Amino acid sequence: MEPQAPSDVSPQAPRVLAVASPDHTLRDPYRRVSAGVGLIIAALVLVVVLPLLNVIGRPLPGTEDVGAWYWISDVELNLLGRYLSYALLALGLDLIWGYTGILSLCQALFFCFGGYCMGMYLSLQTGAEGVYESTLPDFMVWNRVTELPLFWQPFHSFWFTMALIVIVPSLFAFIFGFLTFRSRVRGVYFAVLTQALAYSTWLLFNRNSMNLGGTNGLTNFKKIVPTFFGHATTFRLSEPGVQRGLYVVTALFLVAAYLLCRWITRSRLGRVLTAIRDNENRVRFSGYNPANFKLFVFTLSAALAGVAGALYVPQTGIITPGKMSVAASIDMVIWIAVGGRGTLVGAVLGALIVNAGYSYFTTHFAAYWPYFLGLLFVAVVMLIPRGLIGLPAQLRERLARSSRRGQTE
Amino acid sequence: MRSSRQLSPLAVFLLFVTPAVRAQTAPPPAVVQQIDALATDDGTAQRAAVAALGESGDRNVIPTLEALREESLYVWTPPNGTRRMVIARDKTTVDDHEQYLLQDAYGGARLHQADGSEISAPAEELQEVSVDRRVRTAIQVVLERFKLLDSDPVVRRAAAKNLADKGDIIALEALAKAQAAEPDPAARTVIDEAYNLLKLSAPSDQDKLAAISRLGVLRSADAVPRLEELRKTASPQLQAVILPTLDHIRWWQKVNRLLYAVFSGLSLGSILVLMSLGLAITFGVMGVINMAHGELMMIGAYATFITQNWFLAHVPAQAFGFYFLAAIPLSFVAAGAAGYVLERGVIRFLYGRPLETLLATWGVSLILIQAARFWFGDLTAVAAPSWLSGGIEVIAGVQLPYNRLFIIAFTMLCVAGVYLLLLRSSAGLRIRAVMQNRAMSASMGIATNRVDAFTFALGSGLAGMAGCALTLIGNVEPDLGQNYIVDAFIVVVTGGVGKLVGTVAAALGIGWLNTFLELVTDSAVMGKVLILVFVILFLQRRPSGLFPPTGRAVEY
Repeated sequence: MEPQAPSDVSPQAPRVLAVASPDHTLRDPYRRVSAGVGLIIAALVLVVVLPLLNVIGRPLPGTEDVGAWYWISDVELNLLGRYLSYALLALGLDLIWGYTGILSLCQALFFCFGGYCMGMYLSLQTGAEGVYESTLPDFMVWNRVTELPLFWQPFHSFWFTMALIVIVPSLFAFIFGFLTFRSRVRGVYFAVLTQALAYSTWLLFNRNSMNLGGTNGLTNFKKIVPTFFGHATTFRLSEPGVQRGLYVVTALFLVAAYLLCRWITRSRLGRVLTAIRDNENRVRFSGYNPANFKLFVFTLSAALAGVAGALYVPQTGIITPGKMSVAASIDMVIWIAVGGRGTLVGAVLGALIVNAGYSYFTTHFAAYWPYFLGLLFVAVVMLIPRGLIGLPAQLRERLARSSRRGQTE
Repeated sequence: MRSSRQLSPLAVFLLFVTPAVRAQTAPPPAVVQQIDALATDDGTAQRAAVAALGESGDRNVIPTLEALREESLYVWTPPNGTRRMVIARDKTTVDDHEQYLLQDAYGGARLHQADGSEISAPAEELQEVSVDRRVRTAIQVVLERFKLLDSDPVVRRAAAKNLADKGDIIALEALAKAQAAEPDPAARTVIDEAYNLLKLSAPSDQDKLAAISRLGVLRSADAVPRLEELRKTASPQLQAVILPTLDHIRWWQKVNRLLYAVFSGLSLGSILVLMSLGLAITFGVMGVINMAHGELMMIGAYATFITQNWFLAHVPAQAFGFYFLAAIPLSFVAAGAAGYVLERGVIRFLYGRPLETLLATWGVSLILIQAARFWFGDLTAVAAPSWLSGGIEVIAGVQLPYNRLFIIAFTMLCVAGVYLLLLRSSAGLRIRAVMQNRAMSASMGIATNRVDAFTFALGSGLAGMAGCALTLIGNVEPDLGQNYIVDAFIVVVTGGVGKLVGTVAAALGIGWLNTFLELVTDSAVMGKVLILVFVILFLQRRPSGLFPPTGRAVEY
């Protein structure tokens, strides 16, 4: 084919992407205070109130008691804890997609890197409590692996594992991002490359020769044994108290990550990120190097995803390569789109709503979930491009437009 | 000796594979005598009788031997008649008594009364002829020898291979005879190979030497393990011959693998071209990331499946093979129509926002996959038409399957068609005009909306034809497209977006590279992973692909 001019000359093509930007509302001091109060209340509810309800409403053991009406059961709290870890990932994905405009289709991969790090640690802690009473994880016994592979060795240590949960995904993202951003691979190309990356890593993790449990992944976790100042404390994952603790830790991480992202997006750095989204060339011509900023935000989002995965695994009890499939990564993008891209609250809300919907549909009418999810993708992109957060503003504008049209007629 | 026995599943199976009625001729007395001689407990005598029956060359004794092997051969003593040998497999009920239907031991035809009714006998009148393992082996060899004289060359080749595997030296003479009589050159080679493989077990070094050198000339792959075995015990004189022969055969195997890799690389590459062609149009030319591209292929595959079923139901069996020719345009139309609806319903609102098209079409693909699962179930297979089964054997051991060759030819046709349509027709001129400058084209009087829809339908139709072609090499599944979509995108990105030449070059390059990496790393997964690494490094050098668009614009 012949040389082609830019194809974005379509009249329907706005270059500035539709996002709900809360900036103009925040100049108003009253709104600013109320937003801050709302944030504190939300954080308190998530971190303190909900776990407390789980404790005080608990039914008496050995009786017919079903618990107080406000009791949050262990299962519900555990489910919510998993959603919160997804929300943590969603924050990172919103930073890179919502704010910087880079569609990364391998976030699930980073999630699983963190998850597998945690899973390897937990498998080693299970040790001789496994099915085969061997110090090796069960799947290695099946696969006739007699000696622990070298790359498993660091995961004996709790703090090494904690460090690797952040290091492995962010280092991977850094290397991949360095290679791609430096050569100005962007937009669609970047999305396609990350998708291929997710695909081939998924293929690798499915292999038994990787020594990561193949298709079945890692499971049968028993306990976490963190060491504080030389004292090892054993937390058994089967105890409700430990699960509640994991929930609180997840909620704390989410609040901390939210504050971090909020700080970033309001700083000069955040303004550059938004500028890259809206017109990367103009940023470059202004003397910035977009590649460095993109590399930073990609690495940060990978680290957040890794932490999210590590929090997710002990609450779920299993990690498989299925969690890093191509589909998993794309499904994560819709959380942001539903909530409202370019707003941090939207990302968190979207992750919670879509996953709650998933749990509801798969328990009640499993066969219809793909239809619903598919329709959600189409509907969100076409009808509410700014997500649920942007919906009131969108409706107001439409109302204002139609009333203006009414006046001119 | 047991007087009666249950029908074994094997017997039931054989019932369907051996025709019950064979041409009835009066049995030669010598053969009848040998059949009667089978009714003994003496294994040596039985083996002699089996060998004699084999020597007779009379094909009517095949059912006899098969029956004997599975112990369905009986001596029947009717209350008021003479003893005779019969085959008894099927049961029937006569006057509430279980009886066996009888077959003639010679030829295996059902026995009939004068009035045409079938003869049956109770178990008490039947005495089983039992055989030991050595007799069974002898029967096996004789039966294979009969197969060496079968009318079908495929059966003859299989029989020769079986005889060589059995390693029974007594078959040597039969193989030599069969080779002399063999009209088909390919079958003659196989029989020659089998003959020499057997001859390796001959007692004299002279014979072994002749066999080894002949196997070397034939470059027999089957000979490698046998020669390895022989090397351990052979005399120094033989050793000197075996080693260079082994080297020669191994070298030839390497050459073979390489040749085959070249072909399968071309085959894989052409499949990639076929999948990416439609994508090159929708993604490359229109800037739409159609994640439902794979599902349009799935629609094409299911259109082929439906066409096949319609032909099965409504068209005479001789014409069934043509269903595939009908399915090609139908799958184009089906996927093209789906693409048209998709463009009008969703994509036209999203032009210029490629990442949004990615999400919306991903949603569409989820719906399509689930719908296909609902309508068709999880797995359906399309039977390749008979004229595409088999292949050309270019050299011994390297067969080029017809279906792969067909896909290569079909791909070339499609590329030529797309080239002509885009660059040599007025419709193509309009497509390119709209893609280059929409506003200007509109003001020149081109109906840009219609061109968009047509272009997208064209790309989708190509995906449908790719799906149709894929039914030749794989199953039809609801998530068929998911397996290919990532590869197809990688091809288009590597080739350079908007470039037909780039797409073709990248697809062939990746196809070959993938096959060779698979050959080197001995694993399909590692091949794919290395391809990705290669593509990323390649995009370092050429961020816009093999054939980047040229011009002065900053962004593409």
